[in-house]
Amino acid sequence: MTAFLIIMVLVLVAIAIWQMTKIFELSQLKTGNSQVANDSDNKTNGYLMFAFLIFIYGITIFCFWKYGKLLLPEAASEHGKDFDQLMLVSMVIIFIVQALTQTLLQYFSFKYYGKTGKKALFYADNDRLEFIWTIIPVITLAGLILYGLYTWTNIMDVNDEDDPLIVELYGQQFNWTARYGGEDNVLGQANVRMIDINKANVLGLDEADTYAADDVIVKELHLPVGRKVNFKIRSQDVLHSAFMPHFRAQMNAVPGMITEFSFTPITTTEEMRQRPEIIDKVKRTNAIRAERAANGEANSDPWEFDYVLICNKICGKSHYNMQMKIIVESQMEYDAWIAEQKTFAETVMADDSQQTTDSNETASTGQ
Amino acid sequence: MSVTAQAHIDDHAHDDHIQHHKLTFVTKYIFCQDHKMISKQYMLTGLIMGIIGISMSMLFRMQLAWPGESFALFEAVLGKWAPGGIMDAEAYLALVTIHGTIMVFFVLTAGLSGTFSNLLIPLQIGARDMASGFLNMVSYWLFFISSIIMLSSLFLEAGPAAAGWTIYPPLSALPMAMGGSGMGMTLWLISMAIFIASSLLGSLNFIVTVINLRTKGMSMTRLPLTIWAFFITAIIGVVSFPVLLAAALLLIMDRSFGTSFFLSDIFIQGEVLHHQGGSPVLFEHLFWFLGHPEVYIVILPAMGIVSEVLATNARKPIFGYRAMIASLLAIAFLSTIVWGHHMFISGMNPFLGSVFTFTTLLIAIPSAVKSFNWITTIWKGNLQMNPAMLFSIGMVSTFITGGLTGIIMGDSTLDINIHDTYFIIAHFHLVMGISAAYGALAGVYHWFPKMFGRMMNKNLGYVHFWITAVCSYGVFYPMHFVGLAGVPRRYYENTAFPMFDDLTNLQILITVFALIAGIAQLVFLYNFFHSIFYGRKAEKNPWHSTTLEWTTPIEHIHGNWPGAIPEVYRWPYDYSKVDENDEYIIPGQDFVPQNVPLQKDEEELQH
Repeated sequence: MTAFLIIMVLVLVAIAIWQMTKIFELSQLKTGNSQVANDSDNKTNGYLMFAFLIFIYGITIFCFWKYGKLLLPEAASEHGKDFDQLMLVSMVIIFIVQALTQTLLQYFSFKYYGKTGKKALFYADNDRLEFIWTIIPVITLAGLILYGLYTWTNIMDVNDEDDPLIVELYGQQFNWTARYGGEDNVLGQANVRMIDINKANVLGLDEADTYAADDVIVKELHLPVGRKVNFKIRSQDVLHSAFMPHFRAQMNAVPGMITEFSFTPITTTEEMRQRPEIIDKVKRTNAIRAERAANGEANSDPWEFDYVLICNKICGKSHYNMQMKIIVESQMEYDAWIAEQKTFAETVMADDSQQTTDSNETASTGQ
Repeated sequence: MSVTAQAHIDDHAHDDHIQHHKLTFVTKYIFCQDHKMISKQYMLTGLIMGIIGISMSMLFRMQLAWPGESFALFEAVLGKWAPGGIMDAEAYLALVTIHGTIMVFFVLTAGLSGTFSNLLIPLQIGARDMASGFLNMVSYWLFFISSIIMLSSLFLEAGPAAAGWTIYPPLSALPMAMGGSGMGMTLWLISMAIFIASSLLGSLNFIVTVINLRTKGMSMTRLPLTIWAFFITAIIGVVSFPVLLAAALLLIMDRSFGTSFFLSDIFIQGEVLHHQGGSPVLFEHLFWFLGHPEVYIVILPAMGIVSEVLATNARKPIFGYRAMIASLLAIAFLSTIVWGHHMFISGMNPFLGSVFTFTTLLIAIPSAVKSFNWITTIWKGNLQMNPAMLFSIGMVSTFITGGLTGIIMGDSTLDINIHDTYFIIAHFHLVMGISAAYGALAGVYHWFPKMFGRMMNKNLGYVHFWITAVCSYGVFYPMHFVGLAGVPRRYYENTAFPMFDDLTNLQILITVFALIAGIAQLVFLYNFFHSIFYGRKAEKNPWHSTTLEWTTPIEHIHGNWPGAIPEVYRWPYDYSKVDENDEYIIPGQDFVPQNVPLQKDEEELQH
């Protein structure tokens, strides 16, 4: 219904615009119909240019006021703090430049609107001026580059210091699976050629690899707070991307490669849920969902905040719904949780030993 | 060398003066070799493709604002791709893919360069026509054929290409990964291969013509900035388009001939594929080696047009002519070494990321210099607010806004969280979809009298500009917030994530602005077509411009000038030039055309 009303409004707006331009044109007949701008056109549009400056400032302020609360909350990872700081500094710089240049542009467009008899100034070049407004961006950008690259080098240096937790993120059309190294914190070798659907070896782990036996495969990612985690990211079929926005983390999943990203989560899910901006967001969201429930629409069950891993590289029809929940918890809670999970040996390899004693089954060797 | 070429053309022109070859309808309008007609052909095709591209965007914007709702419009236009009026998820991806492809290549490359380079290069440099009228004609018809093939892919059973306009493999290489990656992708590749051929032929023609066929006195530093822009654009095109062709050929081989350039270790639809050893990242490198210069191929002509229109309508020289040329050259050079900024989180070596961040932030500098020069051109001018001028000022505004956010995403660190989100979409639409489009529109309004001998209606032009200007910012300004909230691109709907629910109102706001903007373009279309036939007849030089195209007769003739080609004595920006007594050089008019010799006691200034 809303959509219908909006379409109607748009049609009426179109008709109104059409009629207004017709009237405007008719009213111009008396003043001659040269299609080159005259003094009156110049003045009108000059004023409109100034009004446009007000509009630009207005829409900026409006968006920050109304939509500022939609932005992501404070980063939940160690490097995320550096990220947010760099973002803030960069934004401040570009907003200063924006404010200055738009003001000059629109103000000059207003101040110098054409009048018959007015003389423009023949001012063709000024090398000194060019130098000044070249060198200032050079210095500013050099500073930003150095700052940014320093941060980048730190973030992208995936190393073994600080005893990281090794976790594989495995993407396929259209879901994610996470694999832990288990007791030895080393992932077993895996390859798509070793995928055996019949034995539920969906990740293609090498059963012969001793490191693989204790690997834990899950559909929900749990991370202990404060411990660095090195993600090894794989894809089964097409490009996907492991995007974890709250942690300021993203890395493509490329078939044929194992890509890496590392971060240290610093805020547990529980702590995040207590943050005022999250409480507000949850309230807003659940109000919307309650309204949907009242109208009998889908997507109306109440929501509790959770971190997510979402796919961020177009991967096919259900690209828009390829997600995995991420839970950041205390070391104790994490230990309890992982103790409950079955290892690869207990699940897939167990089937192996069962099958050899089962007389009705022919030994399946994969494929 | 160019003197002999000149003499040859002049002889030919004398023959033409008698117009002894009679033109049939086919040779005058269809298989025409005259650059002016070819430019109109490009313009019309680009316009139609633009209408299709904008319509597609209106459809998928409606889906984003009202996800999962049924629209009779969807059912009418999309047929089986909108069962019950609800858009199918793959149809959404196909729409955004074809929208991107059409807009970037068919509208903003061919429609912009093809139209204005063809129209203006011979006229503004003082040549009878392009170096090769025949190749020029072939280049247009290849463009036409590639457009037809691209549009025909919309009617396929399994749908057109739907892997994004960037068509990364393996998604675009494997038909079993997605319906559109079957015949749809094959037709896309064929269409683009032909398009690339068209573009290369055109670019080669433009380069050769500018170098060899300038009239007497037209040194390189007396060329209008439009020509510099088109010339440099053509060079970038020649350097970069062949690499896309290479990528397309390798992809065709992976798809149809069992090779593994881009594919390795893939398990899909229950089976392991045989491909081994390839990498999708290689495709990304090859694609973006064109892809980045491509966006400069899009914006440089717009910049050239804006420089020209601003100077003419401000009645002032463009400020810093040489700095503008240097900036164009710097942008062109740097554009070939920044492509990796599209690939920061592709899995490539992070060290490469550092290199590309460095070069990318460098390219901000010449762009900034150009923006400052445009603003200074307006300062203390006598601004004639014709519609073309409004669009030019608008272009500077949106280019600054869009360009500044480029500094955010050019920083590899910051790209981590905004890559492939709506922040990127907002950025590139502001600089391409709006700024380059404004440049194109300014060009249409400004050179309409030259193309058709009639004037467009200025009031309709004003209405068109102001509605478009407000709505453009209304669509893309708030979109930055959608991106910073973490919403990814190419998502059919956002309802799978409760965390995006509170963005619904924002999505609706953006869509409503987009729909109004789309409808407002009808004002322009009406004005454009109506004025071709019923517009007020134009005088020879309605904007009182200094450049050579305005010295030709209003009626188009082969060879452009009825007699000898004018000789050039000055640069093209002698607007409001005064002598020591503060009087205009030519009394009573505030400009001196390029073909007017230096007056007595007039100083020749070195710009």
